[in-house]
Amino acid sequence: MDFITGIFKTSLGRKYVMAITGAGLFGFVVMHMLGNLLVFAGPAAINEYAAKLHALGPLLWVARIGLLGMVGLHIWSAIKLTSENREARTVEYDAAAEPVDAHRRGDIVAKFAARTMIFSGLIIAAFAFYHLAHFTWKVPQINGAGMEDFESYYVADDFTTPLAEGKEGKNHADVFKMIVTGFKVPAVSVFYVVAVGLLCFHLSHGLSAMFQSLGIKNKNIAPWMDRFAVGASALIFLGYISIPVSVLAAFIKIG
Amino acid sequence: MDKLMNLKLKVWRQDDADDVGRFEEYQADDISPDMSFLEMLDVVNEGLIGSGKEPIAFDSDCREGICGSCSMVINGTAHGGQKGTTACQLHMRHFSDGMTITIEPWRATAFPVHRDLVVDRTAFDRIQQKGGFISVRTGSVPDANAIPVSKDESDLAMDAAQCIGCGACVAACKNASAMLFVAAKISHLSLVPQGQPERERRALAMVKQMDDEGFGNCTVTGSCEAVCPKEISLDFIARMNREYGRALIKKGTI
Repeated sequence: MDFITGIFKTSLGRKYVMAITGAGLFGFVVMHMLGNLLVFAGPAAINEYAAKLHALGPLLWVARIGLLGMVGLHIWSAIKLTSENREARTVEYDAAAEPVDAHRRGDIVAKFAARTMIFSGLIIAAFAFYHLAHFTWKVPQINGAGMEDFESYYVADDFTTPLAEGKEGKNHADVFKMIVTGFKVPAVSVFYVVAVGLLCFHLSHGLSAMFQSLGIKNKNIAPWMDRFAVGASALIFLGYISIPVSVLAAFIKIG
Repeated sequence: MDKLMNLKLKVWRQDDADDVGRFEEYQADDISPDMSFLEMLDVVNEGLIGSGKEPIAFDSDCREGICGSCSMVINGTAHGGQKGTTACQLHMRHFSDGMTITIEPWRATAFPVHRDLVVDRTAFDRIQQKGGFISVRTGSVPDANAIPVSKDESDLAMDAAQCIGCGACVAACKNASAMLFVAAKISHLSLVPQGQPERERRALAMVKQMDDEGFGNCTVTGSCEAVCPKEISLDFIARMNREYGRALIKKGTI
């Protein structure tokens, strides 16, 4: 058994993979949220931010491939670990857990978020795919905004004046208009809020469990790690949903 | 003496490893609240034997909570759910008159049912054989203080060494994971000087055997720690994760 098989072919190794890729994806979720929140600073701010990201060129592709790799490893280890877990107990208990000390039930029965990580995770993955099709690949058929073509949203070099005719790579994308048009559709916004809610539910367990998998949790700091997990999840939830809510409430609007 | 209790038992009965098994219901009458759970089963078994039926098979040995033999899931909870208590030390006063108690064996692929409530836990023995020991010279007894061990580390090692290998952690875990057991064994020996020579080999070999036995993985739910009759801390799983990583980096191979 060498180092690589020790990581990818063992239970503990796969949990390391899970924790490290999870931490990386959490980093992305935070950065993506901070970037998105620039929408509150007006069209110029977020369009300029988007233009700067695009100007990174090859570096952007390094980041994209890195993210895709992390997503792939995270899902691969999740499916592997979950199928092993299923095989490890094929006969379930008949009785629901009712300890003689009834107040200990909460400690003995696994929390709902912990029991449903694979489901919340896979739904988030499906949402992420939809989200990419919505805003990155700009597929008009799925935006629900009456076949509005996000591909035609471009701004001039001042990042605010819309262009009637723009070209990918030549002009700057009007991200602000995409966000407003996209979230104006109530069904899209509701789906978004539900998906972000699931993501934060997933993080409320994952963010504290990753410390355990990496061996850096103990009883002294565990309460703080659990608080960090719940607190960070709540902040991320509020940060993300503030955008569709503001669009629907017409707090953020075009012009 | 407190009032005697009448209980209804719903017990898993299985003739042998190949039998599909089924639940059977028994009446447990005139049970003293001062009996242990196993004594209650003894009474029921006396009745079964008296009426020419096969008694309920279950593991027990010391009946004082230190051997790790007794193994049953009482009302969906390994060892019944009293803090730091094995089934043999659980008293009937925790149950109320007229109640139905469901009794099931440990459920895990790595712990196949032998008969009724008796499961085969030799998977734990095989994990132990891979490294749950130290190699020392035999001969005269060494001086008591020849090897200094700090109080903090010896205390921690003793906390881990309390594990009696009953398997409740596996039974309670939603993934039937044996990580708390393996973590206790790896941690116990990695904390003391006597365990250092085989430290890396132990971590790698025991984890590999645990995987090969078909136990599940850790989801950090804490169920194992909550049912553990010796209250082995979840911290030891974090320690095992460190030990394993350290061993992979230092040694990389068994």
